[in-house]
Amino acid sequence: MTEAIGHDLLAVIGGPATPAAGRIVEARGVHKWFGRNEVLKGVDLAVEKGETVVIIGPSGSGKTTFLRCINHLEKVQQGRIMVNGQLIGYREEAGGKLREDSERNIARQRREIGMVFQRFNLFPHKTAIDNIVEAPIQVRGEKPDAAREVGQALLARVGLAHKADAYPNQLSGGQQQRVAICRALAMKPALMLFDEPTSALDPEMIGEVLEVMKELAREGMTMIVVSHEMGFAREVADRVVMMDEGLIVEEGPPAQVFSAAKSERTKSFLSKIL
Amino acid sequence: MTVSSDCRPRGAPRPTFGLVGALLVVALVASACQSSAPGAYQYKWYILFDSIFHPDGLIINGIWLTVSIAVVSQIIGVVLGILAALARLSSRAIPRWIASIYIWLFRGTPLLVQISFIFYGLGVTKIYAWPDFVLNGTLIVSGAVQAGICALGVNEGAYMAEIVRAGIISIDPGQAEAAKSLGMTYGQTMRRIILPQAARVIVPPLGNEFNNMLKNTSLLVVIAVTELYVTFSNKNGSGSTSFHPLELFLAAAFWYLVLTTIWGFIQAWIERRLGQGMGPGNDRITARQRLLGFRFGEKVE
Repeated sequence: MTEAIGHDLLAVIGGPATPAAGRIVEARGVHKWFGRNEVLKGVDLAVEKGETVVIIGPSGSGKTTFLRCINHLEKVQQGRIMVNGQLIGYREEAGGKLREDSERNIARQRREIGMVFQRFNLFPHKTAIDNIVEAPIQVRGEKPDAAREVGQALLARVGLAHKADAYPNQLSGGQQQRVAICRALAMKPALMLFDEPTSALDPEMIGEVLEVMKELAREGMTMIVVSHEMGFAREVADRVVMMDEGLIVEEGPPAQVFSAAKSERTKSFLSKIL
Repeated sequence: MTVSSDCRPRGAPRPTFGLVGALLVVALVASACQSSAPGAYQYKWYILFDSIFHPDGLIINGIWLTVSIAVVSQIIGVVLGILAALARLSSRAIPRWIASIYIWLFRGTPLLVQISFIFYGLGVTKIYAWPDFVLNGTLIVSGAVQAGICALGVNEGAYMAEIVRAGIISIDPGQAEAAKSLGMTYGQTMRRIILPQAARVIVPPLGNEFNNMLKNTSLLVVIAVTELYVTFSNKNGSGSTSFHPLELFLAAAFWYLVLTTIWGFIQAWIERRLGQGMGPGNDRITARQRLLGFRFGEKVE
């Protein structure tokens, strides 16, 4: 029983809250240490508006850590990440030194960046619709009625109109993840980050989540997806980025990366999972 | 239903039977001791029954004072506890130290000493003299009651801090990350997402704390606050009921039991409400279960 995934997801939210154009993400020389362990060793990545970039790579390659740096859930020790022209998480002081920004400013930047987690992280004490309207009301100060209307429309588009009043523990994994995508979309983000969104799902539920993501990509949402779903990458990605040991070792259109990889590491990784 | 949530060891007496049994034993011993020998204790059971069924103004006032002091002190304790817990979980060192020292001091010294120190220690030295709160010539709250509430509240805050902290760290870090990723500030994340979920973990021990609080108000005897215990103690000390401690303190125990029992029902109701969305099992705590440790009609293997 799969409910139909409707069209015009982005029409419901009416585009990003802050106008976004050109280069949405620009990461330069991003370094990150966990203690003495260097997990990111200088990552450079640019993502244009409307692009879908899928990051692949073996576990421990730093792909999830890099994704979490983009909305400053992880601190960066060197290098910088710009989203929609804004330096994320830091203020530049005289002399080019970076200093962590105030908590309030970081929160403001995160409004424009949606994130979908591997383990959904829905708020268990709130119903599906309340999960979705929480941030629009509390953070953006939207009127509850208007927020609910948008939330309900989003739920309808992902085939969950009838589950608005269900609590997360009454929903299947696939349904929870679709609600989580609606929750992120309701903030009208300019960019969506997906951190292995189907890895915690039973196989029969992966399709319904990927379907929503494909629809978003088709409608022109700017997306960075960390995933092991090679079928999704091949079909939807504008670019596939392969990470290994804290570095981007290869990037290009899916056809090129999957069938004519230049790097040996990409070839051996793909041969193991395809 | 053969599954039992009862955790009493097998064969242990049921709490209700224990209670009823104890009362029976007291009554039996009392009547057996009834003697006409000169100097023997003259039971005046009407003192007990009057205190229970026709409580006079002094008793009503004592109950009112006990409940209001306990409620206000507990509220202060919860607020201080949340603040101290957040301070202990802070990434900055100074709030962490301040909270740790506070908790260390107030958990490490007797409540009785704290009450005396705060009322007499601060009062006599005029560091803070605890003036009565008087409005239009009417005494609203005496200085001793204020000092008592202050001592009980501050002491309670130290215990609540650890309970709240345990509640907060029991919540999956993914919850705070999701809230942050939506642009919520630290305050919004705590208030809207973390604390409401932590409340489920906090409320059962909070119930124990308030149960203790209702009874700990009797320690205010050292600063002569006429709450429930002092009321009965005074009755035992003078007047027509002078030196009838068995009847009087049995009545005092009865009234405390009434208060803690009512609280048990309120707590069960709160826990049921907080269980919403948290899966099966959490919404079925009955008051009887909370009070007595088991449910009637439940099969115990």
